[in-house]
Amino acid sequence: MIPVLQRDLALAVKGGGGFGLGLAFFLIIVVLVPFGVGPQSELLSRIAPGILWVGALLSCLLSLDRIFQLDFEDGSLDLLATSPLPLETLALAKAAAHWLTTGLPLTLAAPILGLLLSLPTSAVFWLVLTLAIGTPALSLIGAFGAALTVGLKRGGLLLSILVLPLYIPTLIFGAEVVRRGADGLATATPLLFLGGITAGALAILPFATAAAVRINLR
Amino acid sequence: MGISVSNLACERGSTRILEGVDFDVPDGQALILRGPNGAGKTTLLRCLAGLTPPAGGTLTHDTDDVAYAAHADGLKAQLTAGENLRFWARVYGSGDIAPAADAFRLHDLVDRPAQYLSAGQKRRLALARLTLTNRPIWCLDEPTVSLDAQNVGRFADAVRAHMAGGGVALIATHIDLGLDTARVLDISQFTASADGTEHDPFLDEALS
Repeated sequence: MIPVLQRDLALAVKGGGGFGLGLAFFLIIVVLVPFGVGPQSELLSRIAPGILWVGALLSCLLSLDRIFQLDFEDGSLDLLATSPLPLETLALAKAAAHWLTTGLPLTLAAPILGLLLSLPTSAVFWLVLTLAIGTPALSLIGAFGAALTVGLKRGGLLLSILVLPLYIPTLIFGAEVVRRGADGLATATPLLFLGGITAGALAILPFATAAAVRINLR
Repeated sequence: MGISVSNLACERGSTRILEGVDFDVPDGQALILRGPNGAGKTTLLRCLAGLTPPAGGTLTHDTDDVAYAAHADGLKAQLTAGENLRFWARVYGSGDIAPAADAFRLHDLVDRPAQYLSAGQKRRLALARLTLTNRPIWCLDEPTVSLDAQNVGRFADAVRAHMAGGGVALIATHIDLGLDTARVLDISQFTASADGTEHDPFLDEALS
C-alpha cells in the first residue's frame, strides 16, 4: 500500500497533478459567497457552516475522476491489478492519497476561510473536527464512484450523479455539528453519525471499489 | 510447473472470442502466439493473467505467478525512469533495479522523466519491469513494438535468461525473436464460431 500511496502523492504534487485544484476551488467558492450574499455578517455567520461544508464537498468532487482514470488510460491499472497488491488495498491507498491531497488541505484551510464568512469562533473547532472526520468518507465514497465509472470516456457527469446522493448524509451531519457547535448546543449525536458513516465507508467501500475495478477491467 | 490450458474459452466484453484453447508449455519453454488482428491474442493473455475470468475450461496455473505486459507501457510520464522502475520493484518486493536497467541498457536514462523518453525507450522501461517481478510466467502482448533490431535482441536475451531460470513465456508477436526452442501456436483455429451461445436463438442465423 505504501508504494502506491507515495507514488500517487508524488504525482499529485508534480506538474499536472490535481493537488491545488480542490483547494483553489474551495477558496473561490468561499470568497465569492460573501459577494453574492452581501455584507450582512450576521446572515453570513449563520450560513457559514453550510457554505463551508458544501464548498468542501464540491472541491472533493472535482478531483474524483482522476483517482483511477489516469492509471486506466496509461495501462498501469492493468499492471497493478496483476501485481501482488490486492485490489482492495489499492482502493484504500487511492482513497487515502485522494484524502491527503484534497480532504486534509481543505480541513487545514477551513479555519482561515471561516474568517471570510464570519464563522463564529466557537464553531471553528467543530468545523475542523467535522471536516477531519467527514472528508475521509468523501474520498472513500468518491473512489468507489470513480471505480464504477473508470473506462468511460468523460464519465465525470455520471460520476457526480452517482456520488452526490451518497455524500448527502455526510453533509447533513457535518454541517449540523458545526451549526450546533456555533450555538453552543449538544453535538454528540450528529458527530457520532458522522463518525459512523466514515467508519462504515472505511470498512465496506474498499471491497466494493475493488469489485468495481475488477469488473471494469474485464 | 509450467502452464497448462485445456478447453479454455475466453470472453471480451460479453462476446466470446476464443473457445477450445488447448496447450501445454513446460518449464523453461516459450510459446509464441500468432494470429491475425482480432484473433484473440490479447483476450487470451488477459485471461491467463487473471484479468478476465475464463468463460469455460480450466487453467492449472496460479494467476499470481503471471507477470503481464500489455500494449500500454503503464509508465507515469511525470516520474523519472528510475522512479517508475523503483515503484514496481517495491510493489513486487524485489530489491535492486540495477540488473533490470542493465538488461535493457537503461542506466543512462534512469534520471530522465518518462515523458521525455522515446517510444522505444519507454518500451524498454516497460519490459525491464518484467525482470523485477520475479514471477515464473511471462504473458507479453506485442512486446517488441517500437523496438529496434538491437533491442529486440536484448529482449530475446532477457526471455532466454528467464527460460534458463525455469520460467515460462507466452508472447504474442509477429516478428521472429530467434528463440530456438520456442513453439508457435496459431490461435486463429480457436476463434469462437459465432457471437452467441447454444441458448442464443440468433446463433443459427449467425452460422448460416
